[in-house]
Amino acid sequence: MHITVTDQDFDSQVIRSDKPVLVDFWAVWCSPCRIQNPILEDLDKDLGENGVIAKLNVDENPNTAMKFGVMSIPTLMLFKGGEVIKQWIGVQSKETLKSEFDKLV
Amino acid sequence: MYDVIILGSGPAGYTAALYTSRAFLKTLVLTGKEAGGQLTTTSDVENYPGFPKGIQGPELMEEMKKQVERFGTEIRLETVVSLQSSVVSLGEKNFIIKTESNKYQGKSVIIASGASAKYLGLPSEQRLMGKGVSACATCDGFFFKGKEVVVIGGGDTAMEEGTFLTRFATKVTIIHRREDFRASPIMLDRAKKNPKILFLTNKIVTEVLGETSVTGVKLKDVKTNNEEEFATQGFFLAIGHKPNTDFLKGIIDLDPKGYIYVKGIKTPHDAHTQTNVPGVFAAGDCVDFKYRQAVVAAGMGCMAAMDAQRWLEEQKL
Repeated sequence: MHITVTDQDFDSQVIRSDKPVLVDFWAVWCSPCRIQNPILEDLDKDLGENGVIAKLNVDENPNTAMKFGVMSIPTLMLFKGGEVIKQWIGVQSKETLKSEFDKLV
Repeated sequence: MYDVIILGSGPAGYTAALYTSRAFLKTLVLTGKEAGGQLTTTSDVENYPGFPKGIQGPELMEEMKKQVERFGTEIRLETVVSLQSSVVSLGEKNFIIKTESNKYQGKSVIIASGASAKYLGLPSEQRLMGKGVSACATCDGFFFKGKEVVVIGGGDTAMEEGTFLTRFATKVTIIHRREDFRASPIMLDRAKKNPKILFLTNKIVTEVLGETSVTGVKLKDVKTNNEEEFATQGFFLAIGHKPNTDFLKGIIDLDPKGYIYVKGIKTPHDAHTQTNVPGVFAAGDCVDFKYRQAVVAAGMGCMAAMDAQRWLEEQKL
């Protein structure tokens, strides 16, 4: 499942989600983020109902980005039960991300 | 089986792909981690001919990608981990390229893997990567709004990144290990005239400080050997580039700094971009330690494509 999250609904959509959620901190001006995007869409297809991919625009939602100390994008954070399980900085391959999801499912 | 497999997706890789696919050779581009290459981390490109008003680096690479797709090049967002040649049957050889997830076979290979920004190699720098340590001002500058940052380096990149960062940061300090700058006069002048930019010379960084994010740097004066701490929230590197050729060691001949040796032209029949392995060609910043320009890389990409095409014809592959 591919969703968009904001400062307002981050808690309900990510922190309190019963599924593992991969948050993609991105921005329009970030060119590596554009590279990451199709990889996440592909990952989403593989995950099906077993996980959520949540996109958070750091320009529009600076509070969440600041709260989690994001200082470089793309940053990807994998949440489970409200906790950050793992985080990556820079573009990641589908295999890298999928193997972490597989550990949680 | 592909006629040509191209490793890399900067100006060299895409230009090579443009020529091979236009010559009806079955072409695969494996983009590598930084799809689009180094230009995707720059802003204005003012020295690529054909764009009188300049063009944004990422946009230029998008256009190149579209142009090669028009001729049927297949593009995959994968990074090569190894290259090997194998004898399939009697006298017939091809190349096997492994990525993190797949294996591809090609009759010829063009390496256009480019170069990546260099780091100082300090453990503290590695630890704070993405937590205030960055090698790309255009990517990460946004997060330093109202903060103070340092830029390490003395060349054009340092001046460009420093100037760019003043859009966000309240103060930018350019730290350089020498007295003199390698930067071109126009770039240095632009930085020196900027009231937000300060310079510290004859200083080397011995440590990046901070627990969860950068809070400062430890500096050593190269003349007096005095050490001092300097408070900063951002640490931007602009100390040059390193060719992305580690995965080729032991197969392709490299110079001591890791640049690929190519044959060069001595007679009209030589293939300039040929490496030590017949059928493997190289172009762009993974070869070129001297000019390092997008337009030069594009030109070499074209040469590699023509060399590969001719080689395939000669081998009757």
